[in-house]
This record gives sequence, C-alpha cells and structure tokens, in this order.
Amino acid sequence: MPRSSSDISLHIVSGKGGTGKTTVAAALALALAGQGKRVMLMEVEGRQGLAQLFDTAPLPYEETKLAVAPGGGEVWGLAVDPEEALLEYLEMFYNLRRAGSVLRKMGAIDFVTTVAPGLRDVLLTGKAVELVRRKDKGSPSPYDAVVLDAPPTGRITRFLNVNTEIAGLAKVGPIRNQADSVMSVLRSPRTAVHLTTLLEEMPVQETIDGVGELEDAALPMGGIIVTMTRSQPLSAEALERAGSTGLSRSEVASDVARAGLGSVRSKQGRAVTDALLAEAKDHAARVHLETVERERIQSLGIPVYELPFLAGGIDLASLYELASMLTEEGMA
Amino acid sequence: MTAANDQPSVMIDELLPGSPLELSAASLNLDAVIDDPKTRIIVCCGAGGVGKTTTAAALALRAADHGRRVCVLTIDPARRLAQAMGLTELDNTPRPVKGVTGSGSLDAMMLDMKRTFDEVVESHSDPERAQQILENPFYQALSSSFAGTQEYMAMEKLSQLRAQADEDGRWDLIIVDTPPSRSALDFLDAPERLGSFLDGRFIRVLTAPARGASRGIGRLLGAGFGLFTGVLNKILGAQLLTDLGAFVAAVDTMFGGFRERAVATYELLQDPGTSFVVVAAPERDALREASFFVERLDDDNMPLAGLVLNRVAHSRAKDLTAEQAIVGAEHLGQDDDAQVTAALLRMHADRQRAVAMQERLAQRFSGAHPTVPIAQVLALPEDVHDLDGLRQVGYLLAADSKD
Repeated sequence: MPRSSSDISLHIVSGKGGTGKTTVAAALALALAGQGKRVMLMEVEGRQGLAQLFDTAPLPYEETKLAVAPGGGEVWGLAVDPEEALLEYLEMFYNLRRAGSVLRKMGAIDFVTTVAPGLRDVLLTGKAVELVRRKDKGSPSPYDAVVLDAPPTGRITRFLNVNTEIAGLAKVGPIRNQADSVMSVLRSPRTAVHLTTLLEEMPVQETIDGVGELEDAALPMGGIIVTMTRSQPLSAEALERAGSTGLSRSEVASDVARAGLGSVRSKQGRAVTDALLAEAKDHAARVHLETVERERIQSLGIPVYELPFLAGGIDLASLYELASMLTEEGMA
Repeated sequence: MTAANDQPSVMIDELLPGSPLELSAASLNLDAVIDDPKTRIIVCCGAGGVGKTTTAAALALRAADHGRRVCVLTIDPARRLAQAMGLTELDNTPRPVKGVTGSGSLDAMMLDMKRTFDEVVESHSDPERAQQILENPFYQALSSSFAGTQEYMAMEKLSQLRAQADEDGRWDLIIVDTPPSRSALDFLDAPERLGSFLDGRFIRVLTAPARGASRGIGRLLGAGFGLFTGVLNKILGAQLLTDLGAFVAAVDTMFGGFRERAVATYELLQDPGTSFVVVAAPERDALREASFFVERLDDDNMPLAGLVLNRVAHSRAKDLTAEQAIVGAEHLGQDDDAQVTAALLRMHADRQRAVAMQERLAQRFSGAHPTVPIAQVLALPEDVHDLDGLRQVGYLLAADSKD
C-alpha cells in the first residue's frame, strides 16, 4: 500500500551486496533533508561507508553533521558501535553506565558483542528506534526521519526480527518490554523497508525472496530501488536488429569512415566497425536481460524507483544529483 | 590430466578476454594453486555480491577436471548455481556432482548452520545432556536465528570435512566459501574471544545458581561480584538470568572442546597447505573490503594466494578512446541515417570510461598491496545456469594462468 513518505519516520535501506545500498541510503537522507527535515543517517556494519561517501574522517560513535540541504534541512551521521551502544543502553534504561567497566572485566561485554553476536542486532535495532522515538518524547535533538543503512537483503529479516526472538526468550521483565517496544515501531506504518537491486538475475531473485520474507515477518515494505540502470539510446528497431539479424555492416563501416575513425577498407576502420557491431550485440543482449528482470521486479506490485549508473563514480555532488532524482520520482 | 578436458564444451568467443584491465600487479596463477597437490584447502572470502560463491564453485569444478578429489562447501548459494551443481536440498551432506571430466571428483554441499551446530553439541556431550541443550530456548535462538553463528559454523564444518578427508582420503582438496560480510573473518578471533569469555568471571556468575553456589562463593570470587550479579539481575530479570544460567551450565562442558577446536582450525588455516583467495569486483566498496581482508589475513599470518577480480568491464576496441569516439559521434552530427552508429560510438565511450575507472580502482588497490597477484574475470552477461557455465567461469579464472 503506497504511503506518503512524510508519514514514514524510519527508512531501512537494504539490498544485496554491490547494489548500492549505502549510496541509496545517503541519497534518500539528502532527499528528505531537501524538504527541510533534520535527518539521521546511521550505519551499523562497522564499514565506515558513510565517511567514505561524504568524504569525511571516520565517524566516531557520536552524532555528526554530514551535509546540509537548501531549505534548512540537515543530514546527520552516526556509525553505531555495538559496545558503545550497550553502555549507552545500560545508562539510558538502568542508569548503569558505571557498571560498564565491571561488565567488561567480567567478560560480559565480549559475550554480548561477540560471543553471542546476535545480541549485536538487538542493540543496533534498539538504537535506531531510540533515534526515531526522540521526537515523540520531546527529547533534545530530535530527528524528523531516520535512514538506516542496514545489513544486506539476505540478513535483513533476521536482523529486524531479532527482537521477536528475544521476546520468545524473555517472557517478562525489562528486556521483554524493550524488545516489544522496538518491534512495535519496526512493524508500524512509520517504518518502511526499502530494497536496492541491480537488473541482474541474482540480485533480483534475492530481492523477490527478501520481499517474501519481510511480508511473512509482517515488516512494512517500502519501495524497490533499481540502481545503476544504463541508458538505451538505440531505437527499438535498431535494438532488435543489433540483437538478432545484425546491423548493416556496410552502413556502420561507412559511418565510421565519415566519423574520421578509419576508412572502410583500412585495418583500423574494419577493427572499429567490428568492435562497434560486437558491442551493439552485447548491448542488445544486456537490454534483453534487463527487460526480463525489470518485469519480474514490477510484477511484485511494490513502488519501483530507478537510479542511473553514473560513469564518474559517486561523490558528494552526485549524491545530491541522485537525491533530486529520488525526490522527482516521489520516493522522498 | 589432459589439457583439453577443462574446456567448456561451448566456447563463446565473445567471452574471451579481449583486453582486460591493464594492471601493474602480477597475474594470479590459479591453475598453479589448484594443481599443486600440497594445496589442501582454499578459502574464498570477500564482500557480498562479488561472485564469491560462484568463484568457489568454479575453482572446485576446474580442480576436479584437473584430477583433484574436491569437496566444495558453499554458503547460501543462489538457487540456479545450486541447481547447476545438482544441489537440490540443504542437508549438510556432501553430494557427488555429475559431469566431471577426467579422473577427479567433485562433491558439493550447502552449509546447514543449525545442523552443524547440533552436531557439535552431540559430539561434545553425552546423549542426555545433548538433548537438554538442543531443547533449550537459548540454544535454539543462538543456533538458528542469530547472525554470526554462520561464520563459526562454516569453519567448524571445514574442520569436520578436513578430519574426514584425513581419515578416509575421500577428498584431497576442500574449497570453502565464507559468509558475505566483513564478519566472515570473525572466526579468526574465535580462539581469543572464547578464551576471554571462558577465563572471565561472567561465565562463572551465570553458572553459579545452577551449580547451587551461594553468595559466599560469590564473595570469594572477588570484589565487584555482588555489584555484577545485581546489575545482571536488574538488566535481565530473574527469570531470564536463571534460564541463561541453566543454558550456560549445560553447555559449560562443551566450551573447553569448543576452544580447542577453534585453536586447531586457526592453525589449520595458517598451514601452508591452505590458500586464501580474496574475491572482489572492481568497485570502490568491494575493493575497500578486499583491502580489509588482505590486511587482516596478513596480520594473522594466513597464506594469501591473491585477489580475484570479477565483473571486469571490457572494451572491444581499447585503442579507440572515449574522446575519439565522442568526437567521431559529433562528426556524424544530426545526420539521421548515421544515428545508430553515433549512438554506438557514445556507448563505446561509456565502456572506455568504465574500463578506465575500474583500472584506476584496481591500481589503487595494487598501490596499497603491490605484492598481491590478481586474476581478472570478465563480466559475464548471464548468471551460471549449468555445469558448463561454471566451467566457463573456471576457464576465465585461469585465463591469467597461461601467461
């Protein structure tokens, strides 16, 4: 069910590795900031992907302003460290920050953050929800929207659902209450889980599987963002010929000659012509595969947004460019 | 071993390396790695989405075609890749793959994380206690739902397979895929982490109630203990603390064995018979992860064979630069009849730029890691659907071996 993006306060961006998950999360945060919002962009995998994207020093576990948008909006960044999140959690809920050093000495911090690594996910999802809730509680420095650069599609449902597991273990008590409260936000219409994909078979299949898993877990689906799409400058008719009967070799050869890239009979002219014809065939084959995959994505009945491949790579300027495309397409 | 039997039956000439990236790094000779009888284990690691599982499977098939007796352990393979190897169910048992040419053999399996964990419990405890653990809700959550368990279980499976290979000689080469995240190398920390946990007092606190220990004993454990149990009670609640304690007490006897296993696996990985292959795509994020893996392996003295660079872009006329192609397209101007060729020239320019960018990124990696050899694999138009497709990937992987 399409929801207005202004109702959503937690955007969770997942996707198969290599499909531009972090870039899309950042562009979405900028797009939301473009509406004058104060946006938190958080990462949880310890990769410092945001610092790389925004070309800043590695982010500490501290809310740091990353970018501003025209109209007064701001993007803040936070790289969540599970150990710090645990200490913060202890302080927030139990006023027990000082207990941290005791817990550490006892090996309990190691246990929580590494030996039982699933507990990391409890802390990370808990932190995201805390940021979302600030506004409800009238806490200082609230955010209008939180964008989470989340673990990849293969892991996302387990990651978001970890509090359900906890609720199964702790029948009553403070941990149970916290788990229930996190799940109630994650399952609410305030949350949207977005998946990024390329128009290739494997990521599309993973996206389709991921959508099914999210639905089964009653987690609210947002949109699918198809990334790195290529332009298709050929006419439908030329594309058809490029893929099947072939383009006319003599026509291309004479065009190559007119373009000053080698006369029709020269070795160079022939090489360029052969290369262009072969590349035309590659292109037609790829467009065909992309068409098939695009149809599979569209058949899911979920809003689909597309972002083009940027030949120059991704820098801050291109992030703003992608952000305005997301705004135009109505995602933010 | 004959030279011809590792060739795909259908050779699509368009896939042959025309002009791969020009890099300063040495070529990674993967045929030398798989053909060396001293190579007993190959571990493929890298970020997600770079073709790691496909690389592991293709190397395994090629090694089998070359006469090795291979077992490949994959983690969550894409459905069609699994089908290509005849894997239809996740049953934690290596199954023979039909279609290997020559005298070698290939067995393939998908990791069943929960089943592997159960096996560990069963092999370290008596049946009654094992049953108790398997039914514990904490155990069930830990073994199936929590992230991170996969990394440990992949390595556990590796050492099981290796033990079996040493015992019955069924395999002389084991190839493992690793989970798609930076934490794939978490298992390297396992001995240390388990150690710090086991030597810490946390575990004793958790197991104290189950052992019937009194607060008196707690006091003997030293200052801070009372505060500690108080803190735990406050955070976890009495019920959860009791359940958790019961669980830890039940698995307590296993931990020693766990630590020994982790240490043994760690040493096995450092063995010269092991080769790590880091897999990446020529993209900024994937190469950054590759750098991380290379450095981490180096820190732990793990033997690195080199970097496999998948999805390499290629141009069919590398001498025709992007600029020349654009100028040529402009020459054709608004001539309606020449618009197709003009479009092809612009697309060629895009390709040239993509190749140049990939070269830049790969060179940056080599700048930081000049001694790491690289094998390039051209981007394939389609995913692998059958064994022959896998053989094709193996052929491309080893293309750099012929230099």
